[in-house]
Amino acid sequence: MSEVSARAAIADRPVKLGVAGLRIRYGGVTALESVSLDVHEHEIFGIIGPSNAGKTSFLKAINRMDMFDPGMQVEGQITFNGVDTHKVRNVYGLRRRIGVVFPLPVGLPLSVYDNVALSPRLGGLKDRAELDVIVERCLRRAALWDEVKDRLSSLGSMLSGGQQQRLTIARALSQDPELLMLDEFSIAVDPVTTMRIEDVLKELRSELTIVLVTNLVQQARRLADRTAFFLDGQCIEVGVTEDLFTGEVKDPRTRDYVEGRFG
Amino acid sequence: MFEATLLNRRNKTTQKLFRMALGGMTGLLILPVILILGMLIWKGSSAISFEFLFTGPTQGMTAGGIFPALLGTVLLVVVALLASVPLGIAAAIYLSEYAPDNWFTRAINLAIINLAGVPSIVHALFGVGAFVIFFRFGTSILAASLTLAIMTLPVVIVATRESLQAVPLAFREACWNMGATRWQTIRRVVLPNAITGILTGVILEVSRTAGETAPIMFTGAAFFLPLLPQSVFDQTMALSLHLFVVSTQVPNMPENVPYGVALVLISMVLLMNSLSIALRMYLRGKKKW
Repeated sequence: MSEVSARAAIADRPVKLGVAGLRIRYGGVTALESVSLDVHEHEIFGIIGPSNAGKTSFLKAINRMDMFDPGMQVEGQITFNGVDTHKVRNVYGLRRRIGVVFPLPVGLPLSVYDNVALSPRLGGLKDRAELDVIVERCLRRAALWDEVKDRLSSLGSMLSGGQQQRLTIARALSQDPELLMLDEFSIAVDPVTTMRIEDVLKELRSELTIVLVTNLVQQARRLADRTAFFLDGQCIEVGVTEDLFTGEVKDPRTRDYVEGRFG
Repeated sequence: MFEATLLNRRNKTTQKLFRMALGGMTGLLILPVILILGMLIWKGSSAISFEFLFTGPTQGMTAGGIFPALLGTVLLVVVALLASVPLGIAAAIYLSEYAPDNWFTRAINLAIINLAGVPSIVHALFGVGAFVIFFRFGTSILAASLTLAIMTLPVVIVATRESLQAVPLAFREACWNMGATRWQTIRRVVLPNAITGILTGVILEVSRTAGETAPIMFTGAAFFLPLLPQSVFDQTMALSLHLFVVSTQVPNMPENVPYGVALVLISMVLLMNSLSIALRMYLRGKKKW
């Protein structure tokens, strides 16, 4: 597919996640402001930027985690499938459509099986056979099945860091999300595992939409169709990923960052 | 190449000194425990027999056993736990997981800590006013147990709150992100991981409840009763009060009887503690992170 038609293809797809005039404050401190961008279906949308740029707050706002953080104020509009997330009656239902993977793996102190089965169970699924199918499918998709299939009853929190991160991904997939958000997933993971997860993400693109926050610019280049650059609480630029790396940028700071001159 | 410099040697000497000092303090700490237990066993074990444990006192309490007091203490502890454990755990869950951090919550937390500092005799007077007179329970097991429950509530609340807060926030966030409600998160992830700490609080409470004398003296415990209590509205004898009575109130008491009573009381507490510790170890073996 040629570059031009690839761009057109993404723009033609329906908007999965729409963000307009987003501003996030903690008490009096602004963590992120004036963010407006659209994430289209079946794209991997990268977000790069140094720490403290507001990337994590951005993900928190999408998933309505401000509900659990009284100090966090979110202004502006975020739409998911065209619906304003601040007007959604059932935020729990919203969160079930969005899977999240954190920087540090969180293997809950449950068995490997229960970790993956937790979300379906929260949704009311009790049938063991159905759960078995979901657990196996998600662990396979997260490239973890072969390593844990013989010890599904051992504790998820006792797995190695890389395995726990894939367990977290399996858990995020277990709720059949339409949108998967990954927050610097490779921080605690070795390069080989990182590559395996990246392959998984490329495959998942055909099934769902992915927002990938990463501190590795090259990872964004490898995976993301389009990339946003966040800096000091502002969205500096959103563009087709290759453009950012080939110097076709609107803001010189973007070029400096991707070329490693600061950050 | 690795010869010790003067500084190295001095550090080593200091290290030894502190190690000895700290170890010595710890040794001092166990000394009273060993002395108390040793003394009780030495002087009291001759009083212990099947008859002592399972019959009532006779001849003005100088002979016979302590069964009514033993049973009474068990009843008081059980009823007090039934009241305070659900209440305390519920309050702690609310304070730790739901309550917003504002002046009101902070005031409640402060009040709980202050409640723990109130002298037991003041709790006794409160118990008389509230349960014996106002709620018309009379001097009864119920009134005494509720007084004990109020007195030990802070222990349960503080222990439960601390163990809930020891569960990493990341676990909760992971669960919330999956679309779990607060309650689902508490039930499936937070509570299972906090249960060992909560049990520790309950253990502490059992020990304190069994040993307290002042709060039950005016609210439900009697010097001597010829009959066993039939319901929670009856008075009862209790080991702690019985120990006070046989040590100070009865003339011509055989010397080994007070020691025997004390030995039974302390063994009972130790037994309950070991049971709870065993349960904790079992649960901890199952859950880990």
